[in-house]
Amino acid sequence: MAKVLDNPRPTAKERLAKIGEQMQGSQAWNSIFRPGSIFRKGYTDSPRNRSYVIMNSVLYHLHPVKVKRHAVKVSYTLCLGGLSFFLFILLTVTGIFLMFFYRPTGANAWQDIQTLQTSVTFGLLVRNMHRWGAHLMVLSVFLHMARVFYHGAYKPPREFNWVIGVILLTLTLLLSFTGYLLPWDQLALWAVTVGTNMMGYSPLVGNQVRFVLLGGVEIGSETLLRWYVLHVIMFPFIIIIFMAIHFWRVRKDGGISGPL
Amino acid sequence: MTEIPEHLLKRAQAAREKAAGGDAGGAQAGGDRIPDQLLDRTKAASDGAAAVVASAPAGGGVPVGAGPGGHTQRLLTVVKSGSIQEAKAAPVDKVHTWPHLLAVEFVAALACTAFLFVFSWVVNAPLLQAADFNKTPNPSKAPWYFLGLQELLTMFHPMIAGVTLPGMGLIALILAPYLDRNASNKPEDRKFMTSMMTMFLMFWAVLTIIGSFFRGPGFNFTFPWRDGIFFEL
Repeated sequence: MAKVLDNPRPTAKERLAKIGEQMQGSQAWNSIFRPGSIFRKGYTDSPRNRSYVIMNSVLYHLHPVKVKRHAVKVSYTLCLGGLSFFLFILLTVTGIFLMFFYRPTGANAWQDIQTLQTSVTFGLLVRNMHRWGAHLMVLSVFLHMARVFYHGAYKPPREFNWVIGVILLTLTLLLSFTGYLLPWDQLALWAVTVGTNMMGYSPLVGNQVRFVLLGGVEIGSETLLRWYVLHVIMFPFIIIIFMAIHFWRVRKDGGISGPL
Repeated sequence: MTEIPEHLLKRAQAAREKAAGGDAGGAQAGGDRIPDQLLDRTKAASDGAAAVVASAPAGGGVPVGAGPGGHTQRLLTVVKSGSIQEAKAAPVDKVHTWPHLLAVEFVAALACTAFLFVFSWVVNAPLLQAADFNKTPNPSKAPWYFLGLQELLTMFHPMIAGVTLPGMGLIALILAPYLDRNASNKPEDRKFMTSMMTMFLMFWAVLTIIGSFFRGPGFNFTFPWRDGIFFEL
């Protein structure tokens, strides 16, 4: 009896705790999480740990440790810039899903979307989310611009970040517009026809640019391939670069503007 | 008078004794380095201070011994106000990004996802008939964000409506921070710019709404409540 009491079998809870301890002491764990990471040392609420959450994680690339008190007020920013970025991420995720089921050729495109909607699990839902999310992003980027203007947030030292913002708005429109053609239905074809006809009116290079974009004088299968590449690789690539500069400049220019 | 911790007093005294002890030796060894009057002054001061230090624990507060002229302290230097105390930047009221900002962002992202999810569940994205080059739908409309432009094209020559006006709008937008020389961000100081922007946005919104809902077959003017809506997202 006494022997049993001296050496009690460890309970499941104790064993789990021990495994957790071993795991957190392992080289692999410590190579993943930086010194000071809350995943190394645990989190209890203290000003120091609040700083560590940002400082010792990848979030430090996006956020400073502290922000102005008025900057966290939803009534000031309406979250519009952040939501635009979040919608971009959401669109990337749903877009990658759609890419698995889509071939950008005149013969296959429409049928692939039709099949996606009727035969692929969650295909219709994901396509809907991609479509509505895209419209929502155009809207939120636009509203973000209006918000920034009305707060006078484009004034020195943020002039250049406003210019980058206008570029981002243009790129958002281009992303949406190039995606518009891809379902290859009547709506897509003729909306893009109308849109690109407008482009042809530009002086000097209008028609040349239009020719390069369409891969011919009229929209066809070549256009579909070009716009697909623009939509899934080129414009996302460019917009990510400008977004990185945009976010970096927000911090370098002294954080968010205001208070009014 | 604030009380000086005992260990600090001890340390100070030890240092002074060491200095006083080294003084005699130092005067012989390196006497040519330090002028005599300075050494005297230091010695006088350290004697006075030592008296203070010695008396402090015993006297319990008011120093008994005093330096020349009854002073117990010496003025080393005067730091002008503003030279080091005045910080250049005014302190800013800040909060920790975690949890204050991250929590807001997380909730906003969650709400956005939920809204998009439910909306996509209820409303299907349009998928019309497969593209057909021989069947032009009537009306043919651009995506909604270009409908303001398409509406403009019904009023002006394409060169003006399709290129000059939107081009000028975009350039004005880019140049806004360089043209607006008013440094204030207070709404009451910016009535001109805010009204300009409001007019610009209203102009665009009205054109887009007309192009979206008030244009029917042949892009002719209609009323949506009379002829229905000719608009797809």
